[in-house]
Amino acid sequence: MNTKKKWWTRSRLEALDGYVFMTPAILGLLFFMLGPIGASAYFSFTEYDILSTPKWVGLDNYINLFQDSLFWQSLKVTMIYSVVSVPLGLTVSLALALLLNKNIRGIFVFRTIFYLPAVMSGVAVALLWKWIFNPDFGLINWAISLLGFEGPKWFIDEEWALPPIIIMSLWGVGGSMLVYLAGLQGIPTDLYEAAEIDGANKRKQFRNITLPMLSPVIFFNLITGIIGALQVFTEGFIMTQGGPNNATLFSVLYLYRNAFSYLQMGYASALAWVLFLIILAFTLIIFKSSPMWVFYEGNRRSGK
Amino acid sequence: MNTNAVTQTRNAPVRAGLSRSQSERLSTWFSYLLLVLGSIVILVPFAWMLSTSLKLKADVYIFPPQWIPKPMQWHNYVEAFTTFPFGLYTYNSIIIVVFVLIGTLFSCSFSAYGFSRLNAPGRNFIFMVLLATMMLPSAVTMVPIYLFFNKLGWVDTFLPLIIPAWFGSAFFIFMMRQFFMGIPYELEDSARIDGCSTYGIWARIMVPLSKPVLVTVAVFTFMGTWNDFMGPLIYLTDENKRTLALGLSYFQGSARSAPDLHLLMAASLYAIAPCVILYFLCQKIFVKGMVFTGVKG
Repeated sequence: MNTKKKWWTRSRLEALDGYVFMTPAILGLLFFMLGPIGASAYFSFTEYDILSTPKWVGLDNYINLFQDSLFWQSLKVTMIYSVVSVPLGLTVSLALALLLNKNIRGIFVFRTIFYLPAVMSGVAVALLWKWIFNPDFGLINWAISLLGFEGPKWFIDEEWALPPIIIMSLWGVGGSMLVYLAGLQGIPTDLYEAAEIDGANKRKQFRNITLPMLSPVIFFNLITGIIGALQVFTEGFIMTQGGPNNATLFSVLYLYRNAFSYLQMGYASALAWVLFLIILAFTLIIFKSSPMWVFYEGNRRSGK
Repeated sequence: MNTNAVTQTRNAPVRAGLSRSQSERLSTWFSYLLLVLGSIVILVPFAWMLSTSLKLKADVYIFPPQWIPKPMQWHNYVEAFTTFPFGLYTYNSIIIVVFVLIGTLFSCSFSAYGFSRLNAPGRNFIFMVLLATMMLPSAVTMVPIYLFFNKLGWVDTFLPLIIPAWFGSAFFIFMMRQFFMGIPYELEDSARIDGCSTYGIWARIMVPLSKPVLVTVAVFTFMGTWNDFMGPLIYLTDENKRTLALGLSYFQGSARSAPDLHLLMAASLYAIAPCVILYFLCQKIFVKGMVFTGVKG
């Protein structure tokens, strides 16, 4: 190696290469993440209809937002949906994962079937479920009629508009199920063997081994589940157009309407920021509470 | 769980009157029962979709429904295609998917190599920021990114749907970085001694070795882009530029076809078919791919 002091040392060259390699990610971060967040914050203090230049209006958008009954309605709908669908989805996907973790013949076929709905999403699935929940000719009300009852007026009665969307979300829990399954397979079997020798029954094993060992995965699924649920859009747009009487007016649907139907970009940005702060608050609460219930194996073995 | 070895040495009480092997067999049967019931719940909606798509228009609205249409109306699929330009929409979707795929695979593997192997001041900080953006709701960035593309005059072109894919995606970069970190350094060192540049190492060693993770990312990207609705809804206004997902939403809404559920289900089945086929082709890689991302801890 050259002993003379050169500016282009090996580590500097490596750093240069490093930045070149990271360029797409750094530019993406600036143009499609950090930049837009800043811009969104700015627009939320303006009145902007795209055609004219943005006009600074201070806190007006936020003040209007808090007096807007549709905003509160959309928040209520989104909250109810999230609070019901997320815990329900987490429980169902965990139960399915436990079932699929059994070492029995043909399990691979079942795993394939159970994950299938997760590869589809969006318009086609929403259309299918809208038809399934058709109050007069749909599959669900036919099944209910077989039991001798009359099915509810799905999507027509206000109180029966949100439940089908929640039920439909359960059909697609394959993603979090797979994450649970990966977590289950990472639990060392010697823990169960030791518990068995100590005479712990299945229920005790579940509560004292499976749940704690799985808690980082539950944590992950909870966070991604909440972020996803608070941003539901396609279902409301395709299945109900937010109706009846705004019973399925999800926040992002209301945001979309303000931005792209009414061209109120400033107002929509304020709405987006409120939604962002709500998601941030949820995430922070879960993060802060995590030492109480999330168990990291690294702590047990003093460092990874 | 295989605990046979332990079973013989253990003296724990056995549940009321059943021997251990009997209770195990019972639990296996119970598992099968639940698995079959679950499979029915998952598959019946597909059967319903298929059944509706093959019915005569009048037979759709019969209660109780008949599951097997007589006669099978295969013609419905042709009719759906002639009432609405689904061929064109499919072509549009494919164009977008292809460019998004190339962009995602290139930008994510390129960036991931930098994050996994090359020391540069601030690298870890940038990576942490990148990971943090995974929590950022896309609803927040939607309006400003639209305004940005509008300024560039790209609204009503495919560019707003394609270009962001060329600038990496946090989750996929994370996935690939994890994979790259598992590739032994020796390979790179010997290539370097042979005079290979860093870029050559990325192109000739890292990329070929990371085929499993590239396939996984490609499959996820395909599904995400194919099914994407909000992007095309916001950016594409010209009828002839619609993607399949967007076209499908208009098929439902258009006055002339609103009640034609048999055609709507035929078109929907057509729209999800590529995802289903791809899933069955790649399911092993799929499931394995998810496992090694190591979401644990």
